Amino acid sequence: MKIPVCRLADLPRGEAYRLEIDPPVSVFHTDDGEVFAIDDTCTHQDASLADGWLEGCEVECPLHASKFDLRTGSVDSPPAKLPVRTHQVVVEDGMIYVEPSQAVPNLPPCVGARLAGGLA
Amino acid sequence: MRTVAVVGASLAGLSAARSLRRQGFDGRLVIVGDEIHRPYDRPPLSKEFLAGTMAEADLALEADGEDLAAEWLLGVRATGLDRNERLVRLADGTAVRADGFVIATGAAARTLPGSEGLAGVHTLRTLDDALALRADLARGGRLVVIGGGFIGAEVASTAYALGLDVTVVEVAPTPLAGPLGEAMGGVVSSLHADHGVRLLCGVAVAGLSGESGRVDAVLLADGRSLPADTVVVGVGARPNVEWLEGSGIALENGVTCGADGRTSLAAVVAVGDCANWYDPLAGAHRRVEHWTGALERPASAVAALLSGGAAEPGPVRPPYFWSDQYGVRIQFAGHAAVADSVTVEEGAADDRSFLAVYRRAGEPVAVLGMDQPRLFMRWRKQLAQPAASTASVAPAAVRS
Ligand SMILES: Cc1cc2nc3c(=O)[nH]c(=O)nc-3n(C[C@H](O)[C@H](O)[C@H](O)COP(=O)(O)OP(=O)(O)OC[C@H]3O[C@@H](n4cnc5c(N)ncnc54)[C@H](O)[C@@H]3O)c2cc1C
Ligand code: FES
Repeated sequence: MKIPVCRLADLPRGEAYRLEIDPPVSVFHTDDGEVFAIDDTCTHQDASLADGWLEGCEVECPLHASKFDLRTGSVDSPPAKLPVRTHQVVVEDGMIYVEPSQAVPNLPPCVGARLAGGLA
Repeated sequence: MRTVAVVGASLAGLSAARSLRRQGFDGRLVIVGDEIHRPYDRPPLSKEFLAGTMAEADLALEADGEDLAAEWLLGVRATGLDRNERLVRLADGTAVRADGFVIATGAAARTLPGSEGLAGVHTLRTLDDALALRADLARGGRLVVIGGGFIGAEVASTAYALGLDVTVVEVAPTPLAGPLGEAMGGVVSSLHADHGVRLLCGVAVAGLSGESGRVDAVLLADGRSLPADTVVVGVGARPNVEWLEGSGIALENGVTCGADGRTSLAAVVAVGDCANWYDPLAGAHRRVEHWTGALERPASAVAALLSGGAAEPGPVRPPYFWSDQYGVRIQFAGHAAVADSVTVEEGAADDRSFLAVYRRAGEPVAVLGMDQPRLFMRWRKQLAQPAASTASVAPAAVRS
């Protein structure tokens, strides 16, 4: 399944776009012109990585500064302990598409509980 | 340096231990902590954990399989530091001899004199505190929170969401005026009234009343009495440094430190809530009780410890903290106290979604965001730039 995100021209370098699917995905356009997609929700707690700080191929979470590698989703800096999923990105005719990963997402505990309708 | 002892096994102690290994220390590493628990995260104790949306296992700070090759001495209190013998004495009569020491004993919740022994009265600092409070909140009824600071406000917000009838009592005319200034303290604390939580300001608590050992009311200095089923005392924290008295280490509002965490004793550094670091941006010593400081600063302190003070202290980042109340994310970085103006730059205070910038002589010195994570992040990064900070740089640290 290929989901259209936005036009590449509408996503300047250094910016991020949050794709409101469930769970949300953030798409980053790096300063070097590459485009990456990862799960938007930090694996630590409930924060949107599209709101984070993009530097090179790394995004810093806006809440507690965990850093994730956009290429692999791995944690470069704690407190997060689990990686985010990465998603395939294709750019066709100037349009960015994301192919959502089929892997199980590493949602943070409080968000996982809320989505499952439990606990809270 | 062959052996390093870290005293305090929470965020700052764990971060120091990680930094030691990351910076190449391969000697013996001993971590002493008086709680029996492995390092766990405290911020959720007033938020998700108290609300029941986060499990105890999720509080763990260590990653699965993380191994620092350390000796953990948990459930044992350090009782003294002997500078001549170079050892930490422990409550069980043993001692740990080491070449370097990291003091990370944090802070303890201040209590209300006269509240000892009354059931239903809580402070909130530890996992055990949170479990006990959670059990009492589950009884429902009326909660009175003494203190309108961050922890008090978060407990009020969580208890409100759990359906309790909540009153917050604050002795100052405006809650949070210290960290946020009068104007913004007023805005943030108006979240209580937005949700029908009573906030009584400018009135002191005279005492508690209770029958058969359980609290039933909070008595105010103006003669009013607030019926209560549960009471939370959120009146701040004091640094855990009594155990260092007599050791010869300089203590003033915690362990007195330079801008790199070094103390008045050689090969002893202090980090986290117990440490009163010199902050060159503020031009004064500041004991910062924020999670991010306890996470990040140990790297500089460990560099100073391993190099004997020769390492350049890392870049000074303005203190940063966050708070979650009534579903609103509050973020703050910098020093409100040095500002001469504060302006809302984006959004509106009335919408509880805005970004406010604090300035001194036109230079940004602090920034506050309510539900503005993206903008806040940009401002926070900008504040950390040397250009913004030079405006308030003071003479280099004077160490005692
Ligand atoms: C309920 C709550 C909510 C919070 N929410 C936020 C938030 O939203 N945002 C934010 O920025 N900050 C928040 N904080 C603050 C943050 O948790 C602290 O800044 C942080 O925990 C400091 O870490 P630390 O390791 O320095 O100290 P601590 O976490 O206090 O740890 C010190 C450890 O040392 C142990 N110890 C003490 N004395 C001795 C001794 N003599 N011998 C051996 N061990 C000893 C203690 O038992 C403890 O385990 C919150 C704190 C609390 C309590
Ligand atoms: S929510 Fe991302 S680091 Fe905590």
